[in-house]
Formats: sequence, structure tokens, C-alpha cells
Amino acid sequence: MNRMDGKVAFISGGARGLGAETARMMAACGAKVVIGDILDDVGRATVDGILNQGGDALYTHLDVTQEDSWQSAVKAGVDKFGGLDVLVNNAGIFFMKSTEDMTLADWHRMVSINLDGVFLGTKTALPHLKARAAKAPAGSAIINLSSIAGIIGIANFSAYHMSKGGVRLYTKACAMEFAPHRIRVNSIHPGLIETDMAKQVVKEMSSTMGSDNAVRDMFVKSHPIGRIGEPKDIANGIVFLASDDSAFMTGSELVVDGGWTAQ
Amino acid sequence: MNRVDGKVALISGGARGLGGMSARKLAEAGAKVVITDLREDEAQTTLAAIKAAGFEAKFFKHDVAVEEQWEAAVKFTVQSYGGLDILLNNAGIAGSSKPLEELTLDSWRRMMSINLDGVFLGMKHAIPPMKARAHLWPGGGSIISISSIMGFIGGSRAAAYCASKGGVRLLTKAAAIELAPAKIRVNSVHPGFIDTPMLRSGEEAMNARHEGGFQKWVDGVVALHPLGRLGKDEDIAHAVRFLASDDSAFMTGTEVVVDGGYLAQ
Repeated sequence: MNRMDGKVAFISGGARGLGAETARMMAACGAKVVIGDILDDVGRATVDGILNQGGDALYTHLDVTQEDSWQSAVKAGVDKFGGLDVLVNNAGIFFMKSTEDMTLADWHRMVSINLDGVFLGTKTALPHLKARAAKAPAGSAIINLSSIAGIIGIANFSAYHMSKGGVRLYTKACAMEFAPHRIRVNSIHPGLIETDMAKQVVKEMSSTMGSDNAVRDMFVKSHPIGRIGEPKDIANGIVFLASDDSAFMTGSELVVDGGWTAQ
Repeated sequence: MNRVDGKVALISGGARGLGGMSARKLAEAGAKVVITDLREDEAQTTLAAIKAAGFEAKFFKHDVAVEEQWEAAVKFTVQSYGGLDILLNNAGIAGSSKPLEELTLDSWRRMMSINLDGVFLGMKHAIPPMKARAHLWPGGGSIISISSIMGFIGGSRAAAYCASKGGVRLLTKAAAIELAPAKIRVNSVHPGFIDTPMLRSGEEAMNARHEGGFQKWVDGVVALHPLGRLGKDEDIAHAVRFLASDDSAFMTGTEVVVDGGYLAQ
């Protein structure tokens, strides 16, 4: 169940947060994991943690906005583990800005990381995923981290919503394009999850809402399930989409949001 | 991963097809399973397979459209295994393929009585025992209802089926919001065309009616799924098992679409 034995997975932004939790869980499920990130020290520590648990992992420097960085990172993974079966486009940033305050440079920065990064990762990994898909019972898999922000709107998050909505539909288009090659492409849509990014969201919103606690209370109440999510809630969804258990899923949105968007 | 050890599951329409495979997968993953269905012979076959593999299951004969029978099925489950943690509302019919102007009110009502009343009654009677045990699990209780891609899109000559499956989709969300404080998660699964007895039930009629018959129709249906095949029972059963397990603890009110890409195009 949800096993990944023999599969090689590349996770962008895998040094910490959801990416690191996904890397640990995939390794525990039998995958060989490549973590690409700009946070070299944190990323190496995450890999060391996996190795200490008896897993197989590699850290490689990756700036998702740069095509040559993607090429060298994917090459490092393929050289080490012999191929690539799963790509998790996880790297992303968040900032809160009103439209009046947002500069074009802010907007472009969001696009370059959250959208260019997904495109470049997909493009660079594609030949390797294709090669392995031919031999795998359920093909290869790409999992893109979108968000509930790819489904609904929140005031003053517009650049983030733009990027995550883009990821949602880019995923569907890729699913159609790659289906003949037996590469499945799905998006996952977390609510607020306890990560460094969530801390940043809370901090940026606290200026308008008074305190961190007020923001946290608001977020807890926004999830009908009555809590903020944990990284493993998302990692479990990603592993499901990466495993052959989801063999008939492509172009789908896996919403893991404690009921936020159902209300 | 995706284990359901110690949990008790009730699966309506569990004799065969998606329900039968879900029963097997949940039993293999550690659940005690009650299969309910009107089809006793096929249920016994599924039951025998589960038991032969060393897992635990029972059968209860059950018409999902009848409230007293739901009460009895839930009671049987609780008495057999001490509680209820997972409800899979799977029983459903496809109905006959009829133009709207020829659809009788009787056949419409029959569709709603099985595909919608059955899901409502299942939830209503499963909720009390599920509430009592939801605190036992990190992911609480889990209700999973089988909707369809036809809960999102329309199909010609399928008006009643689409209406029933759209109803399941939104009934699921309403129940999710209502039951979140009770730690019961409620999600829907939306299969594309799956190679099941339900799909093949039209085989003879189609062979009689159309040139090329059933196989030509299947080829056309396959072409609507970008992955280029019909789904298998296990494709759906794996999603059911994921939603039943604590691995989906933060998922409620969501739609898991398992359709080979049908809806994404």
C-alpha cells in the first residue's frame, strides 16, 4: 500500500517543511529521494536524517528559477540513482501584498519561483520520466503543490493565488499532454499547514489582525476540522499520488484542507 | 501506510464490483468488514475470498432504499464487531439509458431511492455509532460516498443518474461541514468508467441495438479517458482505502476524482 519501492523521486524545495516531510515519508516507503533546494545546509541535514534512518537520499543545490540549475540538479539525481520516476514540484514562496503596494518586480518574483519553477522542473525531468514510465506498471508521476489558494481567493494574497491557480491548470494541461507517455500529473491543494511558510503567513497577517494568536485562531476556525494541518497530512497525499495506488488518477486535484473549501 | 487496523467498516453494495474490491482491500488493511447487498450469492463469494485470505468479514442482506433495513444493518455491524468507524456508501444503480422525455417518474424515483435515499439513510444511521468511536482514531470516523464523474458533468440519456450523483457530491460536503466537530470526515470518490458488472450490465442490450455493439461502445468510452483504458475496481478501492485510513486525516468535504483524466480535458 502506497509503496514506492524501486522508484526514484525528485523533490524541489525538499530541505524543510512539506518537502522534507515528503522526502522522509517517501524514503520510508522505499523510494530513493533527491532533494533540491537553495538551503544547502538545511537540505544536507534533511538528507543526513534520511540516511540515518536507513533510507537512500541525495542533496543537490537547486534554484528553481534557473534552467541550468534544474539541468544540473536532475542530472545529479539521475547519475546517482539511475533514473527518475517521480517529480514533486514543491518549491514555492508566499508573500502578502495589496494590489496597490505590489510592484511589478514583486509579481515577477512570484511567477519566477512558483510558476517558472514548475515549468522548468517539468521540462527538465520529462525525458527521464518518459524513459522510466514505459517500464512501470502505473507509469511515472508528477505532483505539483498548488494550494487552496489555487481554488478560492483571499484578500491581499493575489500574487500567490495567481501562481497557485496557474499551477492547478498547468497540471491539467500537462496531464493531457503526457497521458500518452503514461506520465500522470496531479495537483495537491493544502490548507494552512504548520510550516515555516505558515509562520510567515501568520506574521504578515498579524500586522492587520492585531496579534499572531488572532491570526492563528482565525485560521483554525477557517478549517471545519478545527485545526491547522500537519506536514504529514500533505506528505501522505503526495505519497498516495506518487504510488501506483493512484494509477487511474491524472489531471486531478487532491484537496487536503480540513474542509476549508467545502463550506 | 493506509492501514485501517482495528476499524470496523460497513460497505453497502459490497457483493461485487467496486464495493467488493473495497471490502477486500479494507479487510486486507486490517479492518473488520460488513458487506451489505441484495445480491447474496455474489456477496458470499466475496466473503469467502476475504476469509480464505485470513481476514474478517460478514454479510448482511440489505436494501439501501429501506430505512428499517439500514437500522438493522448498522445494528448488525455494531453487534458483530463492537462499533462502526468507516461507512462506504457504494450501492447504486446506473438505471436505463432513456431520453428525458421518456424517463418515467417511477424510474426517476427508483434512481433517487437507491442512489440518494440510500446514501442519506446510511449516513443518518451510521453517524451515532461512528460518533461514539471517532475519538479513538487520529483521523476520526470516515464516511466515503461513491459519486461519479457524472456528479460533475452531464451525460446524454443519463439525467437521473447525473442528478443522483451530483446530489451525492453536495450531500457529502454538507455532511462534512456538519460532522467536522464530531470528528467524522466525509468525502466523495468520483470514478470514471470502471470495468465492473454495472458497466457490463448493458452489454446484451447494446449488442442487440447497435452495429459493433458493446465493444464499439467500450472503445469509444476508453477514448474519453486520456490514460487510454477503463478503470479497474482496485483503482477505486485504493482511493477508498486511503480515505478510510488516518493518512487522509486532514481531508474532509473533498472530491477524489479517479477518472483517468476524463474531467481534466
